[in-house]
Amino acid sequence: MDVELHSIYKTFGAVHANVDISLRVPAGTIRGILGENGAGKSTLMKILSGFIRADKGEIFLDGRPVIIHSPADAIRHGVGMLHQDPLDFPPMRLIDNFIAGHEGGLFLNRAAAARDFKRLAEQFGFSLNPDAYVDSLTVGERQQLEILRLLWLGARVLIFDEPTTGISASQKEKLFAALRLLAEQGKTVLFVSHKLEDVEGLCHRVAVLRQGHLVGEAGPPYTTEKLVEMMFGKTISMAGRTPCEAGDVTLGLCKLSVEDYRLKVRDVSLDAHCGEVVGLAGMEGSGQGLFLRAVAGLARTVGGRIVVGGKDLTGKSHHAFKRQGVAFLPAARLEEGLAVGLNLTEHFVLAEEAPGFFINWEQGKALTQKRIEDFNIHGTPVSPVESLSGGNQQRALLALLRVPLALLLLEHPTRGLDVESTIYIWSKLKERCTQGTSILFISSDLEEILQYSDRVLVFFSGRVTPPLDAGALTSDKLGELIGGKGWEEFTSGKGA
Amino acid sequence: MKKNIWINIGFQAGALALALLITTLILVAVGAPPFKAYVGILGGAFGSTNKLVAVLISWSPLLLTTAGVLITFSAGLWNIGMEGQMTLGAIFATWMLRLLQNTALPPALIITLGILAGVIGGALWASLAGALKTFGGVNEIFGGLGLNFVSTALTIYLVFGPWKRPGTGSMSGTQPFSRELWLPTLPNTELSLWALGLSVLMVVAVYFLLRGTYFGLRLKAVGKNPKAAFLLGVPTWQYCMFAFLLCGMLAGLAGAIQVTGVYHRLLPNISNGYGFLGLLVAMLINYQAIWAAPVAFFFAALNVGSIQLQIVYKLDSSFSGVLQDLLVLLVLLGEGARQRFLRRQ
Repeated sequence: MDVELHSIYKTFGAVHANVDISLRVPAGTIRGILGENGAGKSTLMKILSGFIRADKGEIFLDGRPVIIHSPADAIRHGVGMLHQDPLDFPPMRLIDNFIAGHEGGLFLNRAAAARDFKRLAEQFGFSLNPDAYVDSLTVGERQQLEILRLLWLGARVLIFDEPTTGISASQKEKLFAALRLLAEQGKTVLFVSHKLEDVEGLCHRVAVLRQGHLVGEAGPPYTTEKLVEMMFGKTISMAGRTPCEAGDVTLGLCKLSVEDYRLKVRDVSLDAHCGEVVGLAGMEGSGQGLFLRAVAGLARTVGGRIVVGGKDLTGKSHHAFKRQGVAFLPAARLEEGLAVGLNLTEHFVLAEEAPGFFINWEQGKALTQKRIEDFNIHGTPVSPVESLSGGNQQRALLALLRVPLALLLLEHPTRGLDVESTIYIWSKLKERCTQGTSILFISSDLEEILQYSDRVLVFFSGRVTPPLDAGALTSDKLGELIGGKGWEEFTSGKGA
Repeated sequence: MKKNIWINIGFQAGALALALLITTLILVAVGAPPFKAYVGILGGAFGSTNKLVAVLISWSPLLLTTAGVLITFSAGLWNIGMEGQMTLGAIFATWMLRLLQNTALPPALIITLGILAGVIGGALWASLAGALKTFGGVNEIFGGLGLNFVSTALTIYLVFGPWKRPGTGSMSGTQPFSRELWLPTLPNTELSLWALGLSVLMVVAVYFLLRGTYFGLRLKAVGKNPKAAFLLGVPTWQYCMFAFLLCGMLAGLAGAIQVTGVYHRLLPNISNGYGFLGLLVAMLINYQAIWAAPVAFFFAALNVGSIQLQIVYKLDSSFSGVLQDLLVLLVLLGEGARQRFLRRQ
C-alpha cells in the first residue's frame, strides 16, 4: 500500500514535534526514518498509526485520503505499528496475545487462530510456541509475535520503532530477513532507527528528521558522513569548556559490569577527578542510563568495583552512596525527582538533615526563600512543585542538593529547557565543579556533551568507549560513534 | 482565590444537599415520614444524657480508627485491614486480662497491661499486612481484607473453643470479666473518661505528628512519590512499615477499649465496623486531621440516633450507614466535579 503524508504538523505545548512533514513511501519498499532522540520520528509514526492526532495535515493510503482516529482504526485501514517496548500482555499465552486485538463476536475461535498463527510463523521462519507465555520470550521473539499479529489483522503498512534495540545479532538477521520478505510481498515497511548501520544495510531509501523537520532524503549508496551531518546539523561551536586540572580521584570504577533484561554493559573503568565533568553520550537505551544508575547505587552491578572518595561502595544501597556525597538527579523530574503534591518548603525541609523530631516551619520557609533567590526559581515557598515550569523544577532539584558533594550524577540535566535555563543550570553545575565535585551526565545533545565535558564515554548497544578526551573529539566523530560506526579502534582496548 | 473558596463551599453544600435528598427519597420509598425520621435520629442521638453518652462511647473507637487510617493514607497506603487489627487488639487485651485476672496484681495494672497488649496485638496484625506488602508484593488492600477474615475466624474459634463460657459457647461472647477489671466509668453511665481522653489525645497527637514532624513529612513524601522520597534520602519501605505499625497500634487500642471499657469480654464482631467507618470519615474529611474529631462525632451520632428509627419505624438500623455512605460518595463526587469545573474555567 502506498503511504503518503502531506504537510503534517504537531506541537506539544511549546515543542514543535513535527513541522510541515511530507513523505511518500511506495508499496513494496523499506523506508528508513532516521534522526536523533527528540527529532520527531516517533511522533510522526504515532500519527500514522493512530496513537495521536496531527494538528494539521493529511494522510493518503493508496491515494485515498483517510482520517485515522485510533490504533484500531489504523489497523482497519491496514496500518500497524510495532513499538520499541512491545505492547503485549506478558502474563498471557502467545496465542491469546495473538487473538487479543482481533475484532469479532463473543466467542474466540482459538483453533482457527492457531492454524493461521502456525502458517504465518512458518512463512517467516519464526519458531514460536503458541502455548508459551509471553514473559518467557526474548524481546526479539516478542517482536516476531507482534509482526505475525499485525499481519493477521490485515496490516499492509508496518511501522517498526527502533526494533533493533535489545535484540541479539542472530535475531536481528532474522528480523531483517522478515522485513525484506514483507517488502517482497508488497507490504510497506517504515523502519525508525538511529542506527546508521541498520538503516544502511536494509532500507531502500532513508528520510532524515531533525528537530521536527524533514531535513532530507537519501538513497543508496549511503555515505555515513552525509547522514551524520543531516542528523546532527552543521559544525558545532566548542566555546565554554575549561580544561580541568587533574585533582584527587573522587570516583574510581574498576571493570564495572551491569546488566538488565536487554542490555549488558561490561568492564567500564574510569577515574573521575575533583571538578571533572564526564559526558555520557549515546542514543537512549544504549546502556548509559543503566551505567549511571549503577554508579548511584540504584542498579545492581554484576562485577567490578565502585569506589567513592576512597570508600568501596560496591553493592551498597543508594543511601550509602548518598552519605558518601553522591547525588543522583533523574531525568523524569516529576516522576522521580520531586514529589507532586508537596510544596517547595516541604521539599527543602525533607532534603536537609533532620535536627530533631519537630519541624521548625518558619526556619524551613526562610531557608526555602533563600534558595529560591539563590537559584532564581520562579515560585514561592508554598508553590506545589508541579506548578513550576520544567526549568524551575530543574533549578529546584539543583537547589535541593546538599553541600558539599563528591559526585553529582545527572540524567539529561537540560532536556526540555530553553536556552536561558540551560546556560543557568550549567553555570550552577560549573560552580559545583570549582568546589571539587565531579560530574557525570547523560545527554543526547552532542553540543552539550562536547561543550561541557572534559572527557566523554560513548555508549552503543551496551558497548562503551574508553574515556575520550573531549577536546580531541569532533561532532562528526561523536555522531558516528553514537550511530555505531568507527568502533574498530576500540575493540582491542575495550574498557581501558 | 476568594472566589475559589466559595466554589468549594458551594460544591460541598451541594453534595450534602444531594445526600439528604436521596436519603429522603429512600425514606419515602420505604414508607417512613422523612422529616419525622430525621427528627427521630436527632432525638435518638441527643434526646437524653444516656443517648449522648452512647454517642460519646461510640465516638471513641471511631476517633482512634480515623486517626490510624490518616497515618496510612499519608503514606499512600489503603489500610483496609483495620477491622482485623482492632479485633486482634481485642483478642490480645482479653488474653492478657484472662491471664492476670486471678493474680494478686492490682486491677489498674492489669487493665493497663491489657490495653498495652491490645496495642501490641493490633500492631502485630498490621505489620503482617505491611510485611506482605513490602516483602511479598501483596497489595495491602488484599492483604488487609484477607487478614480481616482470619481475625473473625480466630475470634469465633476462641469464643466457641478455648475461651468458651462455662457450659456451651455462645455468640454473646466469653465470660464477662469481674467489675474490678472494667475501665472506670462515670457514675451511672458506661462512659469511661479514660477511653474518651485517650482517643482524643491520640487524634491530637496524630494531627501534630502529620503536620509538624519530620516523621510526618517523610510519610507524606513516601505517599506522594516513593521514588522521589527515596532519592531525597527517605528509607521508603521502613516508613511504610512504620505507618502500618502506628495505624495498627491505634486500631489495637480501639479494640482493647471495646474489651476493657464497653463489652468487658471478647465477642464476635467486636470491631463493629469501626475500622471501615474510620476509612469513610478520613475520606470525607479529605485526610485533614483537623476535621477528624467533629466528623467522627457526627458519624457516631448518626449511628446511635438511627437506632431510634428501628424502634419507632421498624427501619433497619443500618439506615445510618446508607446516609453515611451516600455522604462520602457524593462528597467525593462533588470534589471530582469541582476539579473538572475549575479546570474548565
